[in-house]
Amino acid sequence: MELKQLYNQIIVENSRAQWNRHKVDNHTVSLEGVNPSCGDDIVLELRVVDRVIEDAGFVGDGCAISQASASIMIDLIKGKTVEEAKKLMNLFFAMIKGEIKDEAQIDELQEATALQGISHMPARVKCAVLAWHTLEEALE
Amino acid sequence: MTQNQMLHDFPVLTVPENGKRLIYLDNAATTQRPRQVLNAISSYYEKDNANPYRGVYELAARATEVHERARASVAEFVHAKPEEVVFTQNTTESLNLLAYSYGMEFIKEGDEIALSVAEHHSNLVPWQRVARAKGAVLRYLYPDKSGHLTKEEITQKIGPKTRLIAIAHVSNVLGLEAPITEIVRQARKAGAVVVLDCAQSIPHMPVDVKALDVDFAAFSGHKLYGPMGIGVLYGKKELLEKMPPFLSGGDMIQSVHEQSVTFGEVPRKFEAGTRNVGGEVGLEAAINYISSIGYNSIMNHEKDLMEYAVKNLNEIPYVTIYGEPVAKSRHGVISFNVNDVHPHDTASILDAEGVAVRAGHHCAQPLMEFLKITACCRASFAIYNSREDIDALVSGIKNVRRWMGLGT
Repeated sequence: MELKQLYNQIIVENSRAQWNRHKVDNHTVSLEGVNPSCGDDIVLELRVVDRVIEDAGFVGDGCAISQASASIMIDLIKGKTVEEAKKLMNLFFAMIKGEIKDEAQIDELQEATALQGISHMPARVKCAVLAWHTLEEALE
Repeated sequence: MTQNQMLHDFPVLTVPENGKRLIYLDNAATTQRPRQVLNAISSYYEKDNANPYRGVYELAARATEVHERARASVAEFVHAKPEEVVFTQNTTESLNLLAYSYGMEFIKEGDEIALSVAEHHSNLVPWQRVARAKGAVLRYLYPDKSGHLTKEEITQKIGPKTRLIAIAHVSNVLGLEAPITEIVRQARKAGAVVVLDCAQSIPHMPVDVKALDVDFAAFSGHKLYGPMGIGVLYGKKELLEKMPPFLSGGDMIQSVHEQSVTFGEVPRKFEAGTRNVGGEVGLEAAINYISSIGYNSIMNHEKDLMEYAVKNLNEIPYVTIYGEPVAKSRHGVISFNVNDVHPHDTASILDAEGVAVRAGHHCAQPLMEFLKITACCRASFAIYNSREDIDALVSGIKNVRRWMGLGT
């Protein structure tokens, strides 16, 4: 594994980003996501009105990968409809599983493509998908 | 024996990974096994394998002999009687056996179970379940700033209501040895039994259950250069005798009728079903291996490693060591964090340099809460580690903050 792939500039910067790190006023969903084996723990809050994600934020504690992934995810889904968010989510899971062959498809994930390298690092996959699995449950 | 000669005994450590030798510093999770152990296991399956205590033919008799010889070797190793040694799968199963057979039977409403906040989940969750089921109270002993349990804490928390004390001989996070003599003395006054979790002590120091005068002790083969799936529960014979069986079924009985059963003698009463004789043989070979090196050499070598590691880690200004930042009384384990970097990121960066350390809560979440951290890195040593391994750890750590965009 190339460390440059794992700790690229986008991930390192987003891991410390503060703009999505907050509670959401009048949230309609608040859900905790935990990785029991390592103790990574986030709370994702969403305000969904008429199936549009008006606002999203998270608080929590975890490694750079889990925190960057959460922040990048929120940038992506804010303002999107639930359906659009689910589409991005499935695309993200497919990218992490290494299932996407068409690179143009990945572009929709914007900064989240910085996490593509994780697919070669099985031990860290769970960090990258924590926020996204929490979103999956929150949108149920 | 030189370090290089010893390394030769451990095949996994001599096979290069990505062109480099693996620097394995996760020995508190599991050690690697020497050829002597691997050979003993395959030799058992090649020459002596049958189901002990069942067949009347010669091979079955030999398997029975091997099974009981392994028990006798373990007993001698910890200074117990053979009938006081119960084979289990691991420390966790040993402690669960105790929780169900001793705890559920003899702990009553209002009784107190004392344990240290530094307990591994295996020596904590089973007692939590006993306490909840029986209406007993869990009382935690907290370490002082240096990570040690003080005499005051022991006399304050272990009192007339205490019925059982469950304590790790050595903490899997702080590496510090619990003051067992003091705890046993207080337990005797209270009339409580002492359960000693030796999983993290027996790889680094001799354990003499008689000299320690504990009532029960548990350890795993796989942390002691033996195979996975074999563990030991030691219990004083008179206590084992009054405990009901944990698992029931084949070969733990004296006789079974449609509506009744009488159980076998200890320790077989606690060994239901076909046993892991291959694992027992591997554990016996591991004990022989350790004995051939001798605990004195092991302790001297590991003491040197610990002093070297503590000195070098202390010199890095952005490393925080948990527990007393001195080598004294620290056994095999040192936990730390690189400031402002999550331990998983530190461990991944070290991994890229071929250094394997553990990162996480180490199955000791209450201790993490007490230390006000969510996780940390842990480097843990074994007989095959050398100063060069610690040099690799230290040099890896020096790159961590740069990778995380924090300068030096």
